[in-house]
Amino acid sequence: MGPADVEAVWRIESARIVAALTRFTGDFGLAEDAAQEAVAEALVSWPLSSPASPAGWLMATARRRAIDAIRRRTALQDRYALLAADPVVDDDIDPDRIDDDILALMFVSCHPVLSPEARVALTLRVVGGLSTEQIARAFLVTVPTVQARITRAKKTIAAAGVPFELPPAGERRERLGGVLSVVYVIFTEGSTATSGDRLLSPGLAYEAIRLARTLAALQPDEPEVHGLLALCELTAARFPARTDPDGSPILLTDQDRRRWDFSAVRRGLAALAKASVRGLGPYGLQAAIAAAHASAPSVEETDWDRIVVLYEALGRVAPSPVVELNRAVAVAMASGPAQALAIVDELIASDRLPGSHLVPTVRGELLARLGRRPEARAELELAARLCTNQRERSVLLRKATALS
Amino acid sequence: MSQYMLIMRGTDETNAAMMANVDELMAATRLFIEELAKAGVYVAAEGLDDPGQGVVVHFSDEAPVVTDGPYGETKELFGGFFLLDVASKQEAVEWAKRVPAVPGSKIEIRRVPGEDEVPQDSGKFVKEGTLRESSGRI
Repeated sequence: MGPADVEAVWRIESARIVAALTRFTGDFGLAEDAAQEAVAEALVSWPLSSPASPAGWLMATARRRAIDAIRRRTALQDRYALLAADPVVDDDIDPDRIDDDILALMFVSCHPVLSPEARVALTLRVVGGLSTEQIARAFLVTVPTVQARITRAKKTIAAAGVPFELPPAGERRERLGGVLSVVYVIFTEGSTATSGDRLLSPGLAYEAIRLARTLAALQPDEPEVHGLLALCELTAARFPARTDPDGSPILLTDQDRRRWDFSAVRRGLAALAKASVRGLGPYGLQAAIAAAHASAPSVEETDWDRIVVLYEALGRVAPSPVVELNRAVAVAMASGPAQALAIVDELIASDRLPGSHLVPTVRGELLARLGRRPEARAELELAARLCTNQRERSVLLRKATALS
Repeated sequence: MSQYMLIMRGTDETNAAMMANVDELMAATRLFIEELAKAGVYVAAEGLDDPGQGVVVHFSDEAPVVTDGPYGETKELFGGFFLLDVASKQEAVEWAKRVPAVPGSKIEIRRVPGEDEVPQDSGKFVKEGTLRESSGRI
């Protein structure tokens, strides 16, 4: 078995192994270290001789490394004696317990004491089973940077005494919101890379969808989990049509809708149905907007009135200037650019999205539709200066030039 | 990441062994599908009815000829599939090894190319487009 096989087994087993070891040792950082040591050993020994049960081998090796680590900590001698006397048999762990442990692992990885970057790195490595190198590549940062984030995160968790357990009922909903937002951040980074020269990072979007599916399987009664999954699936369904062969972005208006992934649309609509049982939350509402696009044969035949209503609802449950801006775009489609421009100008007057290229991008488009070409051009040039994604920037500049 | 289809291939013998233990195998398969769902890789899975109940349509230069199943000389019969969304072919192989299956059966693993890999003007798109235009919805 080669490195790719080790990686594959690890993808499947990582969360389960780290969760079991954390419960076994009571120490998340130690469990993660021991699990990583086991993977490193597998990379050396599996190419020489493949184990009969790769999953069992990883768990047993990680467990041995955990015991070694505990043995080295003299202060924990008593606990080691306890462990040695009471070995956990991995085969007959209650499946519900494993589910709860994996959920607990997600709650720990996304704990509010951690920085947002640390939550993302830890979730991808511990729950998703990605290597430090894979995470670094996905976010265009160096391996030592990711390594440092994870090391610091483990120290923070230990220092803050974060327990390995499901949050108490009273905090559960809010903490779940924290987990969902980490998954959403990963997806967003995958669907619009914030920097660099690529628009999409489909691998990262896939990781987010995978995490969302895991959450949906483990928390089937939480509508917003399905809402987030629906949003990810419906957005990812458009990926095949979103870039042209040289990697430049294609706007929704100009996309060849026949290239959308209709299996993903169907999965997204199914998840949205599950999200709708008790009224839609912020993710569910965004998914409903994505569904309105996915169900429309063309831009002209899109139910823009419905989209405006959904944005209004979203603005009430999760007010944000980006939502306002998107509402303006929908209003432009439903009622014309003049009304939309008023919304955008209000946003600018209240300075609620300072420094964002999105405001001048939308304002430029609206002015162009109103025939105010010199102003439109100035706005698009401003947007290009503010935009950090090179692909998007060149599209903006092309549009600005076309207006002269 | 890609979708892979795990295609179950059995013989008359493995099918008979399966039917002898059908309840146990169904329960194990249900648990396996739950595992797939919790890992975030499950897309779809179906099992097929007895090949003796199937029919085969043969194409030639003449009009298609329909015969009763199974498949003539074919020794290995397609009995069902799992469709998974995994990170790599190796991961598809790892999951395949965990499928509850009777000795003697085989699993063939095939990648499903993504929408973005299909040439833009292929017949597939024309067909879907026409379908959408006539129904007005997807």
